[in-house]
Amino acid sequence: MTRDEAFFEFLCRMGDNTLVLGHRVSEWCGHAPVLEEDIALANTALDLIGQTQMWLGLAAEIEGDGRSADDLAMLRDAWDFRNVLLAEQPNGDFGQTMMRQYLFDQYHLLMLQALAGSSDERVAGIAAKSVKEVAYHVERSRDTVVGLGDGTSESHRRMQAALDLLYPYVGEMFESDAVDAAMEEAGIAPDPASLRDAYDAALTQTMAEATLTLPDSRFAHSGGRTGFRHTEHLGHMLTQMQWLQRAYPGATW
Amino acid sequence: MKPTEAQIWDWLDQVPDPEIPVISVVDLGIVRDVAWQDDTLEVAVTPTYSGCPATSVISMDIETALRDRGVEQIRIRTQIAPPWTTDWLSDKGRAKLEAYGIAPPSPAGGPEKCPHCGSADVVRVSQFGSTPCKAHWRCNACLEPFDYFKCI
Ligand SMILES: [Zn+2]
Repeated sequence: MTRDEAFFEFLCRMGDNTLVLGHRVSEWCGHAPVLEEDIALANTALDLIGQTQMWLGLAAEIEGDGRSADDLAMLRDAWDFRNVLLAEQPNGDFGQTMMRQYLFDQYHLLMLQALAGSSDERVAGIAAKSVKEVAYHVERSRDTVVGLGDGTSESHRRMQAALDLLYPYVGEMFESDAVDAAMEEAGIAPDPASLRDAYDAALTQTMAEATLTLPDSRFAHSGGRTGFRHTEHLGHMLTQMQWLQRAYPGATW
Repeated sequence: MKPTEAQIWDWLDQVPDPEIPVISVVDLGIVRDVAWQDDTLEVAVTPTYSGCPATSVISMDIETALRDRGVEQIRIRTQIAPPWTTDWLSDKGRAKLEAYGIAPPSPAGGPEKCPHCGSADVVRVSQFGSTPCKAHWRCNACLEPFDYFKCI
């Protein structure tokens, strides 16, 4: 694997996380429990899709094969996606969506803060731009997790169930492989494992405020960021997201 | 004869932001640079939020405004670093926002006062509002809802 091949993989991981999660969140548009939440979710989705254009745009540039960010988003199938499994998990109820969002946002914030100091100025620029938006995302998802966790007995029960369901997808965000080693050596990106302590500290604090119990087991599903094995949900999601290009190949407007 | 850069800035200051038309794209602080490269005018534009749908409309509006005034060769360059900050809003823009009913950004993280009645008794409804750049607040004195231009 050359350095540019590793760089391309890394950029796809960043861009596919924001693309897949952004699409998931956009599925709430018009369906959220109250208008304010509907607007907040749509704005979050919009930020994530905007960040996707920057990450996948740079990925396409590094690849140098004439593909665009749109090509990468709309013309690849499930096995070429490099998002973590957490991002593709279905929305479930509103509480489950917000738990997924918080678990991701907290990681995303730490990753972008580190990337803002990247040796590659394009990566640093995208990260510096994105981190401002993500600081808002995490503020809101954290508040919601605390509010619903420490809410009624029904909201508490649902948030604990969401945490139990999604926590096994947390570990994958902090895995390291040859791509990460190459990025770290080049000073482009941190080793994800190095972010875990700060993440754990934030999560412990948040869940304590939310009166929720973190599962004991560190068991982690994986296979998304390497593309080895996505969950069945990604393929179904892509049939929606990529419907237009599949039905009308090459359509533009 | 090529119009001067000062003249270009003046023209751009007449291009309204498509979502908040009381302020111009220059007031918003998204026009970062204007420079002639031989016979081509290069305008550097920075997006407010990465996913803001107004960004492409703004580029189109800038191009149209310059073409209408006889500038033929225009290149719009998107510049993401350094990232846009609400510190770049002009004082004129801040005053216009407030007169329009949108509380201008404040480093305290929330509006100083209600843009309708001036009361400081205000409460946040949601971190997000009608566009990516705004949050939703309400005044406890006059009970009116209002937008707050988020400080980033
Ligand atoms: Zn008022």
